[in-house]
Amino acid sequence: MRISVAALVASLVFLAWSGAALALDVRAAVLRVDYPSLLPVSRFDLRPDDLGFAGAVLADADNATTGSFLGHDYETVTRAVAPDKADAALEDLLADGIRLIVVQAKSEDLLRFADRAAEEGAIVFNAATSDIALRDTECRANLLHVAPSDQMMADAVAQFAVWKQWEDWFLVEGSNPADKALGEAYHRAAEKFGAQIVETRVFEDTGGSRRTDSGHVQVQRQLPTFMQDAADHDVVMAADATDYFAGYLPYHLWTPRPVMGSGGLQPVTMHGAHEAWGGTQFQTRFEELAGRYVQPEDYNVWLALRAVGEAVTRTETAEPDAIRAYALSDDFDLAAFKGQPVTFRGWNGQLRQPILLFDGRTTVSASPQDGFLHQRSPLDTMGLDQSESQCTAFN
Amino acid sequence: MKTLLLSTALVVLGLSPAFAGKAFISNERGNTITVVDTDTWEVLTEFDGGNRPRGITVSPDGTKLYVCASDDNLVRVFDTETYEELPSLPSGPDPELFILEESGKRLYIANEDDNLVTVTDTETREILAEVPVGVEPEGMGISPDNKFVVNTSETTNMAHFISTEDYEIKYNVLVDQRPRFAQYTADGTRLYVSAEIGGTVTVMDIAEDGEPTVAGKITFEVPNVRPEWLQPVGVRVTEDGSRVFVALGPANRVAVVDGESLEVLDYILTGQRVWQLAFTPDEKYLITTNGNSNDITVIDVEAEEAMQSIQVGQAPWGVATIE
Repeated sequence: MRISVAALVASLVFLAWSGAALALDVRAAVLRVDYPSLLPVSRFDLRPDDLGFAGAVLADADNATTGSFLGHDYETVTRAVAPDKADAALEDLLADGIRLIVVQAKSEDLLRFADRAAEEGAIVFNAATSDIALRDTECRANLLHVAPSDQMMADAVAQFAVWKQWEDWFLVEGSNPADKALGEAYHRAAEKFGAQIVETRVFEDTGGSRRTDSGHVQVQRQLPTFMQDAADHDVVMAADATDYFAGYLPYHLWTPRPVMGSGGLQPVTMHGAHEAWGGTQFQTRFEELAGRYVQPEDYNVWLALRAVGEAVTRTETAEPDAIRAYALSDDFDLAAFKGQPVTFRGWNGQLRQPILLFDGRTTVSASPQDGFLHQRSPLDTMGLDQSESQCTAFN
Repeated sequence: MKTLLLSTALVVLGLSPAFAGKAFISNERGNTITVVDTDTWEVLTEFDGGNRPRGITVSPDGTKLYVCASDDNLVRVFDTETYEELPSLPSGPDPELFILEESGKRLYIANEDDNLVTVTDTETREILAEVPVGVEPEGMGISPDNKFVVNTSETTNMAHFISTEDYEIKYNVLVDQRPRFAQYTADGTRLYVSAEIGGTVTVMDIAEDGEPTVAGKITFEVPNVRPEWLQPVGVRVTEDGSRVFVALGPANRVAVVDGESLEVLDYILTGQRVWQLAFTPDEKYLITTNGNSNDITVIDVEAEEAMQSIQVGQAPWGVATIE
């Protein structure tokens, strides 16, 4: 029964706005690096040309509508480039005076961009990479992460499995470095939440057929044999960051068990069927602009730019330092169609947010799960906690 | 057909609905309106309410029921006695919540998908104005002197004060995340705006000319309930302004707030995911819609206690009452 009228009045008076405000131009960019890649396991996961950018269009529209009452204009430019053109594209954006940059790129490129941007006083939002090191030893003061880390995703799945009392896991991981890293995240999640990985197997990426005319015939014969004679388990956890086998796991196991992780029940920031917490409105607005269903990267970019918009609205400035400081402060919170405010972690710049567990059709659940408690926020039960992160750039 | 049969049966039994107070509940997922007798608290009937019925209100004389049929993009109108459907009103796309002025003539409608407030004349059934507002407009309040309509926009996080004279926005006030509802006190000196994700109710003092000043904020705390579940949505204030009732969504409680000190006095348990509230016209009872348990809870206003819950349709959203 807490009421703090007196304390709050002082901080609210300046928010009561009645017509006169500073005119501001808020310029941002989305830089996407398009790496050569193989086809996804499912056609539903094909990357649309405007992946991520569509989220920017919606964020600009949302921010501009709010801005119209405050005299704030928003303009976000989008650039899709090949890896060898990426640094030049960043230079162009910086030369153009843009200091708020959302990046969809792999970890090593993202880090190089962040360091270059820092020299110009720009801040960078990571909308794509889940690499844990970026939230840990390789963190950067001007790099905020809207995309969740592998650890947040693994913890989200782990909590659901433990809530279900499916505590014996058979982990199948891919052979690529990113798959191994994700597998590690599942090992840590198991330890954190009291589950057991009863067996781990590596599914070698031999570069074989992914989606071909007869692919399913091969899959139906080969996968069950690969999965047989495993220790007793409740669930199969798949760590396939490369997307080459996990999509085939459901129904092709030896022992009938649910699949989670990179296949079956997957952790996502958003999907096109999510309706709870006002999500229907988000979907309707997105689809009207983009003409397709939303994908997680679209949502991540939208969320990054909405965080910028929220900071500009509350602080009446478009200065990157002020935006960063506000985003990292206790005053910042943002509604993101997740049923609770999303905020940034002050120790490594990671956005705290609920993770949706998606079966390809509907939201099966959202983590954190009931009963997973934390002294600060239940959201901090997912991902690197303050004591676990070795990031010092934010101190 | 079901409606007709039920009405007939009631008349035969001598329980003519004409003499009983009624509550009308819009069932968002069931696409129906449930009618509850507010004396016996029994369900009288359930009738088709259009697609995705949400906002619901009655004409000042209590004869007409207006329902935001969100997915039909119009306001459906029903006779509160016979439940017969009357000609619909144009609303603009995706109407969510609305407010009727005292005379019953102008209806102010929030169009959630189009960032507009549409003003519709209930007599001529014409659209009088479309007012651009913030992203995802929802909450609609009207000042007792009918000079201002306040709309809250859920993603912009503002309360927009629209003049009913020229349909221009005169004031914008930033509030906390996801404002859902705006409610003036009967004397017009105060306005309460709930923020679902912010977890607060912003309290504004209203000057004689209608200008708002933020006076404070109500926050909530319930032992053993996670703070992020305390999501204020519906707000109702007693006629004398002494009590403010705030529905707290997935916390499954209605907060009782002292209108003077703004202190939370109590939390009343309700059904699951409590969103909207309405008093019976005599203010003896407060009815809550509980979207996840498909029921309504009846609160005794004087005792500040829940009396009973009544099963209604699928995902009850809004509630309106008549004498």
